Formats: sequence, structure tokens, C-alpha cells
Amino acid sequence: MRDDASHRAVTDIGSLDRTVAALWRVESPRLIARLVRLLGDVDTAEEIAQDAFVIAIEKWRAEGVPSNPAAWLHKTARFLAVDRIRRHDTQRGKYRQIAVTTPHIVDGEVVDGDLADDLLGLIFMVCHPILSPDARSALTLKLICGLRTEEVARAFLVPGPTIAQRIVRAKRTLTAANIRFELPDEKERPARLDAVREVIYLVFNEGHTATSGDEWIRRDLCAEALRLGRMLATLTPREPETLGLLALIELQASRLDARTGPAGEPVLLLDQDRTRWDRLLIRRGLELLRRTQELGGAAGPYALQAAIAACHARARTAADTDWQRIAALYDGLAQISPSPVVELNRAVATGQAFGPEAGLTIVQPLLELPAMRGYHLLPAVAGDLLCRAGRHDEARHQFLKAAALTRNGRERSTMQARAAACADGHAAG
Amino acid sequence: MRYMVMHYQTQAMEDGVKPSPEQQTAIGEYMQEAAMAGVLLSGEGVAPSSAGARVEVEDGTVRVIDGPYAEAKELIAGFAILEVDSLAEAVEHARKFALLVGAERVDIRRVLEYSDL
Repeated sequence: MRDDASHRAVTDIGSLDRTVAALWRVESPRLIARLVRLLGDVDTAEEIAQDAFVIAIEKWRAEGVPSNPAAWLHKTARFLAVDRIRRHDTQRGKYRQIAVTTPHIVDGEVVDGDLADDLLGLIFMVCHPILSPDARSALTLKLICGLRTEEVARAFLVPGPTIAQRIVRAKRTLTAANIRFELPDEKERPARLDAVREVIYLVFNEGHTATSGDEWIRRDLCAEALRLGRMLATLTPREPETLGLLALIELQASRLDARTGPAGEPVLLLDQDRTRWDRLLIRRGLELLRRTQELGGAAGPYALQAAIAACHARARTAADTDWQRIAALYDGLAQISPSPVVELNRAVATGQAFGPEAGLTIVQPLLELPAMRGYHLLPAVAGDLLCRAGRHDEARHQFLKAAALTRNGRERSTMQARAAACADGHAAG
Repeated sequence: MRYMVMHYQTQAMEDGVKPSPEQQTAIGEYMQEAAMAGVLLSGEGVAPSSAGARVEVEDGTVRVIDGPYAEAKELIAGFAILEVDSLAEAVEHARKFALLVGAERVDIRRVLEYSDL
């Protein structure tokens, strides 16, 4: 039996394709990271990684997958890279010079550095603040998560050519600005880490509350963000804000299953079946939050948001929620990273802790802000507070506004349903 | 999707032979590998069966049998929970683990989710 199975693995094309696809996913970020450090250039690194895979597929189709395909790919890619460097240098007649100035090449041989440093260097490079957040996310999903261009396109619900172009332009920007593969020094590091975390949070949020498409949650994007967050937390284990960010998204992801009803409609936090919350992710989130606090990072913006998410995770029922603590955490968040969106959340928490009128006091100034005019969650929150304050007619007006503003189909139906419920409440009241 | 990757004991593990410093390094290296790939959710190793027990039920009668047991290679030595895209991806991680740590057998099983029930 066992012999049959291994024989089948060798000749079955479908199984070879699956293995190669999985290997690309697992190994290509590492391969490319090593190659970029060696060659300095993302494009060439990607090309050589692809070449290594092409050679692998041909060879494995005939001979079967070796016992250690990852090692084989790394060896082949390294061979191709060294060959490229030598040819390049010979052409330019300065082989010796490069051999002296590139620390990774000693006597013409490549010396492997620390893989963790290579990966981190590549992450810093593709998340460089010189790139727009969109370009950073696309490049990150492609090179760090190992997605193919068409998969990145599917993830962002944009046509393949659009993403391909976005990636090409991003790479061109990196080259034009002479962005090298490097680990930023102490002074530059915090800002560069912020840029990386921003990408992770953006990708997660786009998955968590999809701004386009008919699905309310995009699990694939959440999964990529978690993968990235877990990578970064492993690579920089003593960065409190990175751990805080990961704690936050682990805790938010723990509720994904419960956030969608049987017909795909959104289920709000307080209405969720808490037995469907993912205990493993909650445990991970709480542990990460504990480590963040141990590292003295409890007051960072991501850590505060994680602490808020943790309040919900700890409450066995919605009624057990410690709203006063959540409102206090939002007060802190509003101090260190004030934004209209934080204010809006503070209004929700305050409304729960101290009554709808208290929440409306915070919401009122937001309704005047031009910047918030197109933000559908503002009228959604205002509607909810007004409804609870018994002001059904005003509430209905706000829910309809929210329905008109959202780009998400599922959310629109929910808002319309709440508006209709308000009309009933008004009639009844 | 999640997979539980379980590796089986070798006779040496069951005999209580402590992992060599090299093996310990390899295990640490693997954990770092998997964590660095962003796929490791959790994992544990277990002590030889002499430190454990087994509960067997036959016709409603419960028997508690203390370890150790004869069939060393049929026993789990540890597990990891990986969050990956596909079985094929889990297999690649299991392969690395087996090669690095020197396990003779690793089983890869999908973790049931709410939607499976």
C-alpha cells in the first residue's frame, strides 16, 4: 500500500501541481528574501525564484518530488543567483570589487545570513512609506504572503491587470528612489515598523468589514493579515505595538464565525452567539496582550484597542460586558490617537456605559464634520443611540442615511431593516 | 483552515531518552520556522507513556490502565495546530518538521470547524 501511494505521488500531475503551489506559498517569500539581499533588486529576485520553480517542475515531473524540496529550491535558486552575479560582474569587469563590498559573497561563495533578518528586510522594503498604502498591501500580499498576482487581484476584488500594474509601478518606485534592502537603524525603525503595521491592519480591516463586494466579511483577507501579523510578531518579538496589533486582530478574528448569520447578514457584537467565538484565537489574543503589557506597551494605540477587544472576549454574555472599562479605554485612545472614528467608538461605549444621551453628546459634533459626511457607520451609530433614546423618527432618518452611504450590500439591508423597525417603533410610540 | 500535525514517538522517546541538544535545537528551529511562516497557532509535546494513563470503555465498563504501553510507535509524541490554506501546505510544514526533528511518522488531520457540523 505504502509503495503504491508514493508511486502515485510521483506521477500524479494534479498532486505535483498542488505540491508546487504549496511550496510557492511556503518557500517563495524566503527564497525571494534571500535573493533580494543577494541581488538588491526585487524584480530579479522574483524572476530567479520563478526560474528555480520552473526547473523544479520539469525535474520533479520526471523524477518525482525529492524528500526535501525546500532545500532543493533554495540550492537551485542560490546557484542561479550566483551565476547571474558572476555573469553580470564579468560583463562589467568589476567582479573583484563587488566581492569585496558585498559582505554576503566571500571569495565568490555566497554566505547565508539569518533568514529572519532577510525576511524582515524584505518586509521593510515592500512596506516602505514611500509607497502608497494600496501599493504596499499589493506588494506585501504578493511577496511576503506568496500569493500570485491573480490571487492578489481576487483578494482586492480588482481586475488582474490593475494589480499587475500596481505592483510593477511600486517596484519601479522602489528602484527609482534607490530603496535598498536593509534593516532600518534604531532611529528609523519605529516609523518603518508603523508603516508595516499599517499595511497589516489595513488588510485585516478590509477583510473584517469589506468596503466593497457582496460579502460582509472577507475571510481570505483576514487570514492573510493574521499570517502577516504572526510573521511580524515572530520576527520582532519585543515590539509591544506589533504584539498589540496581533492581539487585536486575533481577538477580532475570534468572532468572525459569529459575525455572519445564516443568510450571510451581519450579526452585531452584542447579538452574537458567543459559543461560536474561537477560543484558541481568544487565548492567543489575551496572551499576546499580556506580553504587550509586560513589555510596558499597554498604552500604545493597538494595545489599547486590543484591551478593548479583550473586554468583549472576557464577557461570557453581552450583559456581562464591562462597558465602563471599555469607555475608559476609549477615553485613553481618544487622547493618544484622536480621530473621528475613535470618537465614534467612544460614543458607542459611552452610550452603553452611561446611557444613550451621554453617547449622543459625543456623536453630535461628529455629525457636523465634513470629513465624516461620507462615513456610513456614523449615521448607523447615531441611529442606534437615537433609537435607544426613544427618538425614533430621527433614528429612522439616520439609518436610511447609513443605508445610502454603505457600499456593502449586506450592510445596506441591515440598515434598511433597522429604519423600517424605527418606523414601527415610532408608530407604536 | 486548520490542521493538527501529530508526530509519533520513536522507541527512544518512549524509553525516556532525553532529546539530545542537537534535537532540542532542531525542535526550537522548527518552531521558529513555522512561527516565522505565520502558520503556527499552538503546539505541545508529551512525556513517555509511563507518565500517563489510558481510559478504556467496554460495554459500559471503564478500565483505567496506567502506562507504559508496548506499542511505542503507535503513540503520539506531540502536536501542532497550523493555520494554512490547504492540505498540501500543511504537508510541506510537516515534511520540514519530520526532517528537522527526525520523526519517523507524522499525521496531518484537518481540524473540524463549525461549518463542518
